[in-house]
Amino acid sequence: MKRVTLSVLSIIILTVIGYSCSDDGPSGPDVLDFDRQSMLKNWADNIIIPSFTALSEKTEELDSTAERFASEPTLIHLEELRGAWEAAYLSFQNVSMFEMGQAMQLRYRDQMNIYPTDVVEIQNNIESGSYNLELPSLNDSQGFPALDYLLYGLSETDSGILEYYTTGTNSEDYRTYVTDLTTRIDELTREVNLHWIETYRDEFVQNDGGGANASVDMTVNDYIFYYEKALRAGKVGIPAGVFSGTPLSTHLEAYYRKDLSTDLLLQALNATQDFFNGKHFESDETGESLNSYLDYLNTIKNSDDLSTLINMQFDAARDKIESLDDNLVNQVENDNAQMLSAYDELQMNVVYMKVDMLQALNINVDYVDADGD
Amino acid sequence: MIVNASLANEYLNKQCEAAPLAVFRIFFGLLMLVSMIRFAANGWINKLYIEPSFFFSYYGFEWVKPIGEYTYIIFIVCGIAAMMVALGYRYRLAIVLFFLSFTYIELMDKTTYLNHYYFISALSFLMIFLPAHAYFSVDAHQKDTLRSQKIPSWSIDSIKLLIVIVYFYAGLAKLNSDWLMEAMPLKIWLPSLYGIPILGDLLQKEWSHYVFSWGGALYDLTIPFLLLMRRTRLFAFVLVVIFHLLTRLLFPIGMFPYIMIASALIFFGASFHHNILEKISLLFNLNKSQFDNKKTLSILNNNFNRFKLGLVGIFFALQLMLPFRYALYPSELFWTEEGYRFSWRVMLMEKAGYANFKVMDPESGQRFYVDNSNFLTRFQEKQMSTQPDFILEYAHYLADYYKNKGISAPEIYVESYVALNGRLSRPYVKPEVNLAAIHIKDPKTWILPFDDTIKGL
Repeated sequence: MKRVTLSVLSIIILTVIGYSCSDDGPSGPDVLDFDRQSMLKNWADNIIIPSFTALSEKTEELDSTAERFASEPTLIHLEELRGAWEAAYLSFQNVSMFEMGQAMQLRYRDQMNIYPTDVVEIQNNIESGSYNLELPSLNDSQGFPALDYLLYGLSETDSGILEYYTTGTNSEDYRTYVTDLTTRIDELTREVNLHWIETYRDEFVQNDGGGANASVDMTVNDYIFYYEKALRAGKVGIPAGVFSGTPLSTHLEAYYRKDLSTDLLLQALNATQDFFNGKHFESDETGESLNSYLDYLNTIKNSDDLSTLINMQFDAARDKIESLDDNLVNQVENDNAQMLSAYDELQMNVVYMKVDMLQALNINVDYVDADGD
Repeated sequence: MIVNASLANEYLNKQCEAAPLAVFRIFFGLLMLVSMIRFAANGWINKLYIEPSFFFSYYGFEWVKPIGEYTYIIFIVCGIAAMMVALGYRYRLAIVLFFLSFTYIELMDKTTYLNHYYFISALSFLMIFLPAHAYFSVDAHQKDTLRSQKIPSWSIDSIKLLIVIVYFYAGLAKLNSDWLMEAMPLKIWLPSLYGIPILGDLLQKEWSHYVFSWGGALYDLTIPFLLLMRRTRLFAFVLVVIFHLLTRLLFPIGMFPYIMIASALIFFGASFHHNILEKISLLFNLNKSQFDNKKTLSILNNNFNRFKLGLVGIFFALQLMLPFRYALYPSELFWTEEGYRFSWRVMLMEKAGYANFKVMDPESGQRFYVDNSNFLTRFQEKQMSTQPDFILEYAHYLADYYKNKGISAPEIYVESYVALNGRLSRPYVKPEVNLAAIHIKDPKTWILPFDDTIKGL
């Protein structure tokens, strides 16, 4: 009897193992299979590269208006420069989450958008005239926040600001510094964009496997990191005093321009939601995305509709942010409770994305390079 | 009773060939040496034990900490001890050193807990009491009195028993509703392995997750017995190799598959092991025949040896009981993990979490959130966010930290969410509980209920 039981058991095990290892099972692409490579293509071709290309055009415009302003620092040219800065800064919100490839090599986001900007360091740079913007130590005296200060924060009035570029003691150095900054913004952006177009796109799309260094895992990690640290904490949490106990309005993005902070935040939020949904850049078309990937995995799992929950949470956060003052400095200084509740709405999606989405996709929160059991 | 005692005595006096234990010792030592080298080569000593500023401790072992740059020395000692074990050179000293250094390493930070590390600690503890150096070792070569072709059977049987326990308990743990009925967590893990040739497509199919779940449970429950029986042994060993290589292919489990494959060899008869040793002798030009002296290792029936035997008995009693200690806790095992570790619950669940700590100064009313990355590595944060004992220890650490920063009686609260085996994340710790005021020995009423049941063992 024992022997019979045993041989039956053995046969079952053998069949089970044998079957799971055999290659004569149904193979080849299934209609229901999710095509990760087409998701990567959609990300690269319809979102990332068009966003960088659009930004690159804007930074080029920024640089040329800065040149015009430097050669002829008039109020008209200042306004023109400010307009180009605003357009580029808003456009930058579409790409900031894609810190990979050349952007990662260059630490692109750090060079473009560290705030609060270091006013003393900016003054020192201008006065000494010797500065190497490639040094990481100068990240906080360049990029969009430094321009924010130089275009809006030097003085209370426009004429006061213009004085720094016209009659002030270091006026020529001020003009040079502005163009040095815009040139660097433009060059770095062009470098990242060209790298995407010329080499990285194919590498990115081909790298469609699983694992820490695969494109999907890397992009999702970067995306969540951006949402959690740069968007939720940087744009809202830190200025609202979530981590310090007291509100820090000086830590707001576009602190000197002031009434752009909410727009920048909204632009960033929309960009992250659009990416989640695979929405093509400046179009209503959508392609394969985290949304459709989660839906695919859910057909296996039959559990809660996570993609809908995440989208609802994005919407709730947007509703809250739209109700805030255009000038977040006012908001933080006068009614910080609203700012904190915007933070709470943003926070909820950290949980959905970092816990539920990563679990569903079976991606580690950044790669923990150690053995499991 | 008298009959039982004489039966026990008879068993304890039974002899068998020493060759299987010698082969086991050699493979064990070599694999451990390779493990240590691999660990160091991957840069993990620095990354896991030197870079972090805070380490999670086991209850009662708070004094076991990495010792800065000197931590490397512990690993070097462990590696050398492993090599000495393989050679059978000063074996007793070597295996004690190995057990102590390896266990010290495991106790340094709870973050890195793995069942297979615990297996190594348990196994090396057991090996302290076994005469693994009586045959085919430097010690036996040097010492006539030690050199013996035969040793007590129980010493080989004890290793078999430990392996049987590991497999069988791992199988019992799989008999739960998530594993069998939902094919969880394999349903999460397997589809993400789409990159593997051929198998990748198969792993997208729901039925394959069930096949792997049921097959895995069946394997763990039956393999020890298939290995024990001579008739099925070869077949079982083929299964062992297939199973562990498959897990190696699918999951990042390091050296464990090789250790288990090598360990399973102990179930084979003596002639098989003599063959292996002959090959080794030929390879290194050693004189194997000197060990084949027909002698039986003489073990004095003195108090010390009886004491050692008693320790081995207690060790196995503990091994058999520890995995069931969870039954003494009221809450859902997978949710609160009370009694989860040291129980051969291998790859049993997928848990992800998020823990956001709030520090409050009751005097000023000031409150703020903690950026975990200031204190923990990502690995530590990941482990912390799903395990209550980690959460509590970290909360106490934060309380101490902010006390030093000038808050006289900081209160620590946590907003936390945990997702278990594909269920939607839900709040984990009661957000209104000041964790600084909770002691680790307090009942874990500060954890929110799971509100679901996972049926099974």
